[in-house]
Amino acid sequence: MASPSDKKYSKEHEWCKIEGDIAVVGITDYAQKSLTDVVFIELPKVGQKVERCKPMCSVESVKSVSDVFAPVSGEIVEVNTKIEEKPEMLNKDPYNSWIAKIKLSNKDELNELMDSKQYDAFVEDEEKKD
Amino acid sequence: MRFIANNDANKKEMLKEIGAKSIKDLFVDIPKQALIENSLALPNSLSEKDLRKQLESLGQKNKTNRQLSLFLGGGCYNHFIPATVPAITGRSEFYTAYTPYQAETSQGILQAIYEWQTMICMLTGLDAANASIYDGATATAEAIIMAKNIKGKNKVLVAKSLNPEYLEVAKTYAKANGLELKEIELAELEREIDEKTACLIVQQPNFFGCIENLKEIEKKVHAKNALLIVAVAEALSLAFLPLLKMADADIVSADVQSFGNSMSFGGPAAGVIACKQQYVRQLPGRLVGKTVDSDGKQGFILTLQAREQHIRREKASSNICTNQALGALAATVYLATVGEKGLKEIAEENHGNALYLAGMLREKGFSLPFGKSFFNEFVVKKPGIKELHKKLLSKGIVFGLLLEDRFPKLKDCALVTATEMNSREEIDKLAAALEEEK
Amino acid sequence: MKLLFEKGRNLAEPVVIRHYTALSRLNFGVDNGFYPLGSCTMKYNPKVCEEAAKLDGFTQIHPLQPLETVQGALQLMYELERMLKEICGFSRFSLQPAAGAHGELTGIMMIQAYFKKKAQKRTKVLVPDSAHGTNPASVSMCGFESIKVKSNSRGNIDLDDLKEKVDEEVAAIMITNPNTLGLFEKDITEVCEIVHKKGGFVYGDGANMNALLGKCKPADLGIDIMHLNLHKTFSTPHGGGGPGSGPVGAIEKLVPFLPRPLVEKRGQSYEFDYSGEDSIGKVRSFYGNFGVMVKAYTYLKAIGPDGLEEIAENAVLNANYLQSKLQKHYHLPFKRRCMHEFVISDRHMPNNVTANDIAKRLMDYGFHPPTVYFPLIVKGAIMIEPTESESKETLDRFADAMVKIKEEAERNAEVVREAPHKMPVKRLDAVKAARELNLRWKQ
Repeated sequence: MASPSDKKYSKEHEWCKIEGDIAVVGITDYAQKSLTDVVFIELPKVGQKVERCKPMCSVESVKSVSDVFAPVSGEIVEVNTKIEEKPEMLNKDPYNSWIAKIKLSNKDELNELMDSKQYDAFVEDEEKKD
Repeated sequence: MRFIANNDANKKEMLKEIGAKSIKDLFVDIPKQALIENSLALPNSLSEKDLRKQLESLGQKNKTNRQLSLFLGGGCYNHFIPATVPAITGRSEFYTAYTPYQAETSQGILQAIYEWQTMICMLTGLDAANASIYDGATATAEAIIMAKNIKGKNKVLVAKSLNPEYLEVAKTYAKANGLELKEIELAELEREIDEKTACLIVQQPNFFGCIENLKEIEKKVHAKNALLIVAVAEALSLAFLPLLKMADADIVSADVQSFGNSMSFGGPAAGVIACKQQYVRQLPGRLVGKTVDSDGKQGFILTLQAREQHIRREKASSNICTNQALGALAATVYLATVGEKGLKEIAEENHGNALYLAGMLREKGFSLPFGKSFFNEFVVKKPGIKELHKKLLSKGIVFGLLLEDRFPKLKDCALVTATEMNSREEIDKLAAALEEEK
Repeated sequence: MKLLFEKGRNLAEPVVIRHYTALSRLNFGVDNGFYPLGSCTMKYNPKVCEEAAKLDGFTQIHPLQPLETVQGALQLMYELERMLKEICGFSRFSLQPAAGAHGELTGIMMIQAYFKKKAQKRTKVLVPDSAHGTNPASVSMCGFESIKVKSNSRGNIDLDDLKEKVDEEVAAIMITNPNTLGLFEKDITEVCEIVHKKGGFVYGDGANMNALLGKCKPADLGIDIMHLNLHKTFSTPHGGGGPGSGPVGAIEKLVPFLPRPLVEKRGQSYEFDYSGEDSIGKVRSFYGNFGVMVKAYTYLKAIGPDGLEEIAENAVLNANYLQSKLQKHYHLPFKRRCMHEFVISDRHMPNNVTANDIAKRLMDYGFHPPTVYFPLIVKGAIMIEPTESESKETLDRFADAMVKIKEEAERNAEVVREAPHKMPVKRLDAVKAARELNLRWKQ
C-alpha cells in the first residue's frame, strides 16, 4: 500500500500529520503488518513529555510487545482512547487510527522525517533485507 | 540403566550416522581440565526393591499425623484429602505434561486451570485469578510488587500479624526490589499510612487466628489511594468468612494447601493471586482464557502472554515461569468433590472443633489473650507451656506452635489449631493428657 | 461445559471423576509419547520416585513439627544437598527455591547482597541474547540493568562484545551452558576470566545441566553460583506447569548469602541452622518443595554415579543423531556438533510454512511439538531436545514425520497450515482470547 502523502514518516515506522504546532501520531501499514494482530495498546499519558526516537508507548500482539517511538519531541496533549478499546483498528485502518497528539517542542525536527515517497522507498529496502 | 532405551548396537548405528568415532568425541568442547576423571563420589545405584526399602525406612524416621495428634497450623494445615484427588492428579497425562504452551494438545490442563480460576474468583469474590504462584508467601511478595507497579509508589505497609514466613519472604523480595517495607500494628494504621503508600498487607484470619475487621481497614487504606492486599494462609476460611470482595480487597494472595494438598513438610502445594478486573494486566503468572478454534468450537489457551518474561524479558514485572499447576489441579478436584455446600460444612466443622478445643482449654486454666473471634486456630497462654509442650509430645501430641521464640512478647503462648481431623474424641484425649500433667 | 463447583451444589463422585478423567484424556504427557520440548528436558519420570514421594512418612508431616519428629525429612534434605554439591562442585546448596526462575532470582539477590556488603556499586548484569526470558526478568526484579551480550557466528558468546560491555559496574553475567542453541560455550573459561577480572560473578542457569551430568562440574568451569532444575535434570515430573524445585549452589564466598535455614548434621541428628546475618532471608515459606526433593533424591539413588554419566551421554548422542538426520531436510543455522539439544529453523520451508505450522502438524503425527520461536536469535526457530529416555526407533519415527511434513508443505501446504486435524480442537484463536478476555466461567 502506498503511504498517504499528507503525512510524514519516521524510520521506526510511525506516521505524523502536522496540524499547526500539533503532530497527530500513529503507526504505518508496514508497522502493523510486522506487528501482526495487535491485542493491546498501552497509551501514553496526557502531559507526558516525549523525546524523538525514544519509546512513548507500547503495543502488544499475541507473541510480542513492541515500543512505539515518538517521531517528534514534545508533550502529549491528547490520546485516542477509542483504540484502547479496539486495538484491532491499528491493523484495519492504520492511517486513520491515531494514537496520540504531541505538542511540538522543536519544529526543526520535522525536517528529519521522510515524505511519503521517501518512506515508500525506505520500506521497499527494508522488505528486501528480510 | 533402566531408564535408558538405547542398547550398544543402537549406539553404534547412531554414531555412524553422526560420523563420530565414540560418544566421548561428542564432548570435545568441554575444556580438558574440567573433565571429570574419576567417578563421582555418589552412592551406588540401588535396585528398585532396595531403593523402596531405603526410602520407606527414611520415611519411618518421621512421625506422621497418623502417629501424632497434631494441633498445629500456622500456614500449613492437616486436612482430609478425598480419594478423588490422588486419583486425578495421579493420571500421568496431567502430571508428566509440561506447561501448556501448545494449547491443542493440552486442553485438559487448560480447562482445569480455567475452572480453577473460576473457583478462586467465586471463593474470594474477586474478578480474576492466575494459574498459580509457588505458595502463599511468594504470592504475597508478588502481590506487593504488583501494587507497586499499579500505584507507582514505593512504600509498603505490612501488618505485624502477618504469618512470619510470609513476612520474611516479603522482606527478601522488597529489599531486592528497592521497596520501603514497614511493619506496623494495625491500631497505628492511620498514623502510618500516607500518600506515598502503595499498599497494606493484612492477613485474614491473621497469623494468631484472629478475624480482622477488614471493612474498617479498607476505608483507611483507600482514603490514601493505596491498595488493600489480603493474604489468606488458611484457604478453608474463605468458605467461613464473608467474601473478600465485600471487604473491598483489591488483591488477594492465598495458599491453597488446605484444598486437597498434603502437608508434605511445607510443599509442594500452590499459591494464587486474585484481583479486581482493572488490575488483570498487572497480575503476574499464567492466565488461561476461553476462545474458539477455527471451526468455532470452544477451547482454552494461555493468554495475555505478552505480560510474561518469555516475551517481555527485562521489562516483565515478574520472572515466574514454572508454577504449581499440579497443586492447583489438586485444589480444583478437591473443590469439585466436596462441592460448595460440602466446603461450607467442612469449614463449620473446623470452627466447631476449634470452639470445643478453646472451651476445653479454658476449663483447664488456659487463657485466650487475644479474645477475638477466630476460625480454626487461636492463641492460648499458660505459664510453663514450654515444658508442657514437651511432655505432651512424649505422649504423641503436638500441642500447637510455641510462639515465644519468634514473638518475645508472647511469653508462655502457643498457637493451637483444630481442623476436621481433630475430632472431639482427640480433643478429649488431649484433655485427659492435660489432666495427667496437672 | 458446565462448572462442577456451583453454589449450593454437591456432586456425586462419579460425575467428578468422569469429568476430570475426560479432561486428562485431552492432555499429552511424557507417558503418552515423545516430548522433544527444547530446554525443558522432558525425560521419563520413573514411577519409583512417585511412589517414594507418596509415602506417608513424607506427605503426612507438618513443617512446624518438633525437629525430633522429622529427622528423616532433614536427613533426606541433607543427603540430597550433598549429592548436588558433588555433582556441581559447589560448597553449599539451598533447596528453598521452588522453580528455576525462583532459583535465578535467589542467586541474583545473593549477588546483590554480596556487593552491598562490600559497599561496591554495581548496577549491571550481562545476559547473552540467547538466554531464557527468565534471566533478564530476574535481573530486573532486583533493580539491575540487564545488558545484552551478542552471540557470534558459531552460536557462542561473542568475546569482543563481552569485553566491550564488561566493566567494574557489572555484578554478574548469567550463562546457560550448553546454551539455548544446544551448543557448549567453548570459550567458557575465557568468559569467566573476563568477568572475574572485573570483580563480577558468573551465574549459571542450570536449565541445560542434563548435558553435563558426570562429565564436568560447573564450578570447575568457573561458575560461581547456579541453580538446578530438579524438574528437568533430576526427572521430577513437570505437573502440567509445576511444581518444580530450583536449588541454588554457590562457591564458598557466596555461601553466607544463601537463604536460611540450611540443614546441618550435629552428631547423629539433623537440625535447621538459621544463623548468619548476611543471608538474603527466606525466598519461600518453610523449606521449599519438599515433595519434589524426595523424587529427585530417589532418582539419584536409583541411577548412581555411572548412571549419571550415561544420562549425559545418551542425551547428547540422541540429539546429535536427530540433528544429523534432520539437517538433510531442514535449515540448521549453526553447523556443528550439538550437546543435548539443537535448533533448526523454518527458513527455506516451501509455501511460507512456518515453525508454528510444523509444530501443530507434529501433533497429528502423535508427537508433542518442540519449542518454537526460541531462542530469539534464530528466526523461525524449532528447538528439539530428545533427552536420554528415547530410543533410536522413536527418533527415527520423529525424523520420518518431520520429513513427511516438509513434503506436505511442498505438495499440499494447506494440510500443514491448517493443522492440527486430529486433536480435540483445531487451531485455537489466540488473538480472540487476548482481545475478548474471558478468564472465568460465568453462568
